[in-house]
Amino acid sequence: MIEFTMPSLGADMEEGTFVEWHVKPGDTVARGDVVCVVETQKGAVDVEIWEAGTVVELVAQPGQKIPVGGVMAYLSAPGEKVQAPPVGVHVREESGGREPAPRPPSDAGASAVAISAGAAQRTTRARVSPAARKRASELSVDLAGLTGTGPQGAVTLADVENATARQASRAPEKKASSADAMRAAIAAAMAKSKREIPHYYLGAEIRVDRAMEWLTKRNEPRPVTERVLFAALQLKAVAAALCESPRLNGHFVDGTFRPSGAIHLGVAISMRGGGLVAPAIHDTGTLPLDDLMRHLRDLVQRARQGQLRSSELTDATITVTSLGDLGVSTVYGVIYPPQVALVGFGRPLERPWVEDGRVVVARTIQATLSADHRVTDGMTGAGFLAALDRQFQEPESLA
Amino acid sequence: MTDTVRMTYREALRQGLLAALRRDPTVFLMGEDVGRYGGTYAVSKGFLEEFGEDRIRDAPLSESGFVGAGIGAALNGLKPVVEVMTVNFSLLALDQIVNNAATLRHMSGGQINVPVVIRMTTGGGRQLAAQHSHSLEGWYAHVPGLRIVAPATHADAYGMILAALDDPDPVIIFEHAMLLNVEGELAAEPGPVDLDRAAVRRGGSHATVVTYGGSVPKALEAAGELAKEGIEAEVVDLRSLRPLDDATVMASVRKTHRVVIVDEGWKSGSLSAEIMARIVEQAFFDLDAPMIRVCSEEVPVPYARHLEEAALPQVADVVAAVRQVVA
Repeated sequence: MIEFTMPSLGADMEEGTFVEWHVKPGDTVARGDVVCVVETQKGAVDVEIWEAGTVVELVAQPGQKIPVGGVMAYLSAPGEKVQAPPVGVHVREESGGREPAPRPPSDAGASAVAISAGAAQRTTRARVSPAARKRASELSVDLAGLTGTGPQGAVTLADVENATARQASRAPEKKASSADAMRAAIAAAMAKSKREIPHYYLGAEIRVDRAMEWLTKRNEPRPVTERVLFAALQLKAVAAALCESPRLNGHFVDGTFRPSGAIHLGVAISMRGGGLVAPAIHDTGTLPLDDLMRHLRDLVQRARQGQLRSSELTDATITVTSLGDLGVSTVYGVIYPPQVALVGFGRPLERPWVEDGRVVVARTIQATLSADHRVTDGMTGAGFLAALDRQFQEPESLA
Repeated sequence: MTDTVRMTYREALRQGLLAALRRDPTVFLMGEDVGRYGGTYAVSKGFLEEFGEDRIRDAPLSESGFVGAGIGAALNGLKPVVEVMTVNFSLLALDQIVNNAATLRHMSGGQINVPVVIRMTTGGGRQLAAQHSHSLEGWYAHVPGLRIVAPATHADAYGMILAALDDPDPVIIFEHAMLLNVEGELAAEPGPVDLDRAAVRRGGSHATVVTYGGSVPKALEAAGELAKEGIEAEVVDLRSLRPLDDATVMASVRKTHRVVIVDEGWKSGSLSAEIMARIVEQAFFDLDAPMIRVCSEEVPVPYARHLEEAALPQVADVVAAVRQVVA
């Protein structure tokens, strides 16, 4: 039996609110299929499944809050004989075998430690009276946020109706609350970053005349919709430069750096309602420039519509942030954990530039690297920025 | 407002039977000690003098015999009222009731019916020990072909016998022994009652207490105490144990969302279990708390007073249960 669990869609994510299923029991799913939607602090996310199989039982219900790792569905592997999944208690599997049903905490004994260790990964169905469940559904009240006052701590009809009254009384603020949630998520991730990651910062002014001219010429004969933005070229350049600095590409997890074979660039996208997300463009390094542009356009659009996929939120191996459009000349970025580096781009500027003893007008950008000193030193960072510079001087190789 | 007369439940039963005997010459009463002795519970006192031996018939100590005779008389066009001393003794007549009275309309394809009325006392509380104190009406309520009623008020004590005699099929009336001496008001000219519907005896919005028979006054007393705490319990008197009036019960559950069932029978395989099951089937999404049953302890009803009191549902138990469901 395959357990499909709540994915971690960010370093700070502890739980997600289940929104809806795209599959039903009996459906066959393939690796990469979007099977459900989960609401996170960063908005609704289409969650993909990474194992092929047949859906046996859907455990998660709309409105339910499920901790990261909590079971949302059971699937049978291809060829597997279907057994009835356990009822009531959803246990995250540690190893091959399913754990026995949890004993009450009062059942002290030699196994007490093991039990309490496992308890954090267990969730039981919330105690909600049938009437409260029905009313909450009618009123679209999120049961997970309610504190029960009924028998054995159950959420009762009155709890739901009181919650509705409270929500109604502060209805004008409701819109702000999802922005607040995103703010809280960013705060948690960035605080963790600044608390745990010893950042070092390097900057380089890079000439982009040739690259921009090349791009302009390349775009000229094309319809507007097929033109490639400089932002895409920047991403391509970063990906190409990273090939020479693999220690900037990966995740720092459990005290060790885990390099990533593939390069999935996270692209910082500011949201119209405030806040930002940094979803990944998968395999940025191997995508031809035109495909990369299409992916970028699609990603920005979906990010703003709240239709990102779970893998896009979790897979980024390094983040690129460009604030040039807003007139910023230099970005000093904060690394998004568990990544270990962030590349920032400022606005292309025309600058006096000394070339062969003469002052010329040059177009440059400020490229910066924020990197995790636990993983790399300035030498690695310097090597990366030098490689990045070279990419912009040979734009043809980026096509 | 119509005039009322104050009397005991026993007297209301007697007045109902008197009215039945007077309005229809085919009605007759049969049972142990109903004639010369005036009835074990004095319900038929003076009847022998008014109606004579043909219509007030003392029967030998043979429940199977005289209940069977009653069924035979009903088959042949008379309207017998058979009195069985207690539900415990009625087990001797179970074969007649379940295999004959309940089945003959169905087995004859509707050609014959059995308009017999069987009255019996039920329940404990009088220190009569385990062979005279049980509440087995739930067993009878299990059987299709029977209609089972439990008068809890004076109006029902008076009226149900008349309604039962109007019914073409066998009706069993369970009279709780502890109600006999309860005084209450009966209309000077009581109107007819039905045998189909449950009745809300006290309105309330916080919890529903579903009960019947001898437990109704206990539930009402509990509701009175709870009202002092601001808890408004609605008391539903089932009246008919078969068929059950689901609509009235569910309407109350949909209003209060919390349920206590009080039944002097035991819990296991009981009427209280049936009511719970129906509420879950029909009103699951209206429940706001687990239902609670207040029933007799699962022991033969003890003789010793303190043990008997402990074994049977008491007012304090109902109060505690309601407090728990509204907690």
